[in-house]
Amino acid sequence: MAHLVAKPPVRRSLPQGAARRAVGRNLTAYGFLCGALICFAFFSWYPMVREVVLSFQENNFVDPPKWVGFDNFRSVIEDPAFRAAWLNTAAFSGLALIVGYAIPFVLAVVLNELRHARGYLRFVVYLPVMLPPAVGVLLFKWFYDPGAGLFNQILDVFGLPPLSWLDSSSTALISLVLVSTWMNLGTGTLIYLAALQSIPGELYESAELDGAGLFRRVRHVTIPQTKLILLVMLMLQVVATMQVFIEPYLLTGGGPENATVTVAYLMYQYAFNFGDFGGGGALGLMLMVVLMVFSTIYLRIARDNEGGR
Amino acid sequence: MRRTSHRRVLGLLLAAGLGLTAASCGSGDEDKPAAQGSGDANAPVTITVGCQPPKSNPKERTAWDEDVAEFQQLHPNITIQSKDAFPCINPDTFQAKLAGGTQEDVFYVYYTDVQKIIKARQAADISQYLGDVKALKDIRPDVQSVFKDGDKSYGLPRNNYNMGLVYNRKLFTQAGLNPDSPPKTWAEVQEAAKKIAGLGAGYTGFGEYSAGNTGGWHFAASLYARGGSMVNDDGKTAAFNSPEGKAVLENLKKMRWDDNSMGTKQLLQWEDLMRMMGSGKLGMMIGAPDVVQSVNNDFQGKFEDYGVTAVPESEGKSSLSGGDGYMFNPKATPEKIKAGLLWLEFHELTPGKGQFDYERAKAQGRPVGLPIPDLYGDSKPGQEITALRKQFATVPVDHFTPYVSAQGSITNKLEPPKAQELYAVLDVAMSAVLTRKDADIDKLLSDAESKANKILAKNT
Repeated sequence: MAHLVAKPPVRRSLPQGAARRAVGRNLTAYGFLCGALICFAFFSWYPMVREVVLSFQENNFVDPPKWVGFDNFRSVIEDPAFRAAWLNTAAFSGLALIVGYAIPFVLAVVLNELRHARGYLRFVVYLPVMLPPAVGVLLFKWFYDPGAGLFNQILDVFGLPPLSWLDSSSTALISLVLVSTWMNLGTGTLIYLAALQSIPGELYESAELDGAGLFRRVRHVTIPQTKLILLVMLMLQVVATMQVFIEPYLLTGGGPENATVTVAYLMYQYAFNFGDFGGGGALGLMLMVVLMVFSTIYLRIARDNEGGR
Repeated sequence: MRRTSHRRVLGLLLAAGLGLTAASCGSGDEDKPAAQGSGDANAPVTITVGCQPPKSNPKERTAWDEDVAEFQQLHPNITIQSKDAFPCINPDTFQAKLAGGTQEDVFYVYYTDVQKIIKARQAADISQYLGDVKALKDIRPDVQSVFKDGDKSYGLPRNNYNMGLVYNRKLFTQAGLNPDSPPKTWAEVQEAAKKIAGLGAGYTGFGEYSAGNTGGWHFAASLYARGGSMVNDDGKTAAFNSPEGKAVLENLKKMRWDDNSMGTKQLLQWEDLMRMMGSGKLGMMIGAPDVVQSVNNDFQGKFEDYGVTAVPESEGKSSLSGGDGYMFNPKATPEKIKAGLLWLEFHELTPGKGQFDYERAKAQGRPVGLPIPDLYGDSKPGQEITALRKQFATVPVDHFTPYVSAQGSITNKLEPPKAQELYAVLDVAMSAVLTRKDADIDKLLSDAESKANKILAKNT
């Protein structure tokens, strides 16, 4: 592994034998790089470029594609579900941020404070991530069943009235957020936990000597020390949740009354149900641009804040 | 010097990687227009054909393979390369297969997608070759019209049916209803649904879709059965905001909220109702006899527990038709198209052969006796097929008698243009009525109409 670590540029020429060895060593590194490059080229860059091209074309994959300018964009913008899809996506991301961003951090703090059964609890928290997403989502389909579902049974035990969960436009979206949070919190928790464990113990000891309780320790030691991870996770979470697809696809089919149609779901409808890859591509490009603009602004603000400290 | 050489190596690797990507994504031989045939009618030709039954269905697969062997013996110059898949077509991969050059020469398709494929020019025009298909003159014109656009033909049917009312005979008996006298009016459906729902927790009297475009699909089925239309004759404006459309939603609203006979769980999609029907807890649903087949084959139901009748009050009106068939790859050569037509006539259209070899099906222990496919109506091959079905029946044929008897007075009606888009719009109205007690039906239909008009106006 040490051979793969990047070295500072060498400013004077090396003896020939040493140079050959260096080239040999770096060729191995380039070999590994090559594999990654090919994978990215195949599975990330090419589909992205193709998607951008498709969004400006009418393409039936038989005849030569026809360039149609911004027609696909006009067409999807006029779609009755377009506005609902963006509003739902933004609402999902917002709710996921409120629920899904805080819970893993709190869990990580609690796990970090525990003295017993940490390994077991870490496993339990991470377990949902190991489930195939479709299995996790379909499990919740049963939990949400208005009749025999687990959640309404629990409400019943406490004498509370049943909820419609997925069947009501007022609760459907938040129900999807809960599924998404449950399925993804394991990864976030483990990342936060790793960050927490890298905080020097002396800082907590000093804080304790100064009389700081748990909440003050978290506020004045934990959060400042994990700020970078928190900022990165915030951006990753927004980028991921804006692309929500599997939850509405498997649980609600976009309903009721378009209450859970998201941009990614609408993209799927266009490409695969309506056979309009141009429209799907246009939606995908819009989403990509929105996420790029968000990421750029976010990173700039984060960098400015760092610089201003 | 060293950095320069490293850069060169890095540049070479990048170029190699990207070049490889570009090469892999570029046009292969499959994308080039197929070479013209030799013109010799007996020249060897190989065709790929979709929808070979999967290995998980060994009986049907064996039958298919036997048919391929028999056909190749009859036509030694033709080689059939079967491509298995379950389900036979996945709309998600259709475009990808076409783009990747792996679409079969003779590919399977549902009725719903036929017109979309024709409009997108993704199937070959086979009009000039159809003269050799002897069975064509006997195929019901309304069935063959599914594969036509104007004067041009693009495929042949394999299965055909129209929508009816599927019901659980066992539950009818349990609820004190007569399974041999299924509901003929919507009022009778409402009464029967109430009694079945009254059997206890978990029982649903009548089930209906409302998500994933299936709600709109069944709205169309109910609308047609009441004499309504999805679009006007010119296909440019929506026609479902009508008394018939309103009646469809009002009926559902009554059963869902006043009678409480539709269960509390909604946003159901295709598989949900199949599972409910298979579990024996669902009394009735809109569906064709193929529903019984799916429930029996894939959802633990038993043929003898189910019956099918016409959609209530649809006699003298229409029923949404459904089915499947085969179309041809737009890059297929004339020889491949001719060979494919020979195979389709042999396997899908000949009484006593291929899919209509009921004697073999019975010997294999496969179900025989469902009143589908109905490709020929009352013409000579149709009568032959009906007689064979009766002769080798393994399922209770009389359970489908009400459905069959009504066929003479019901017209098959095709799906509307831009079917999936319109279904997506009508999902909203269906889900609203089934999930919201205060749903305003007039407003829902009016909103759906204006949305549908926008969709129909695009590229019409």
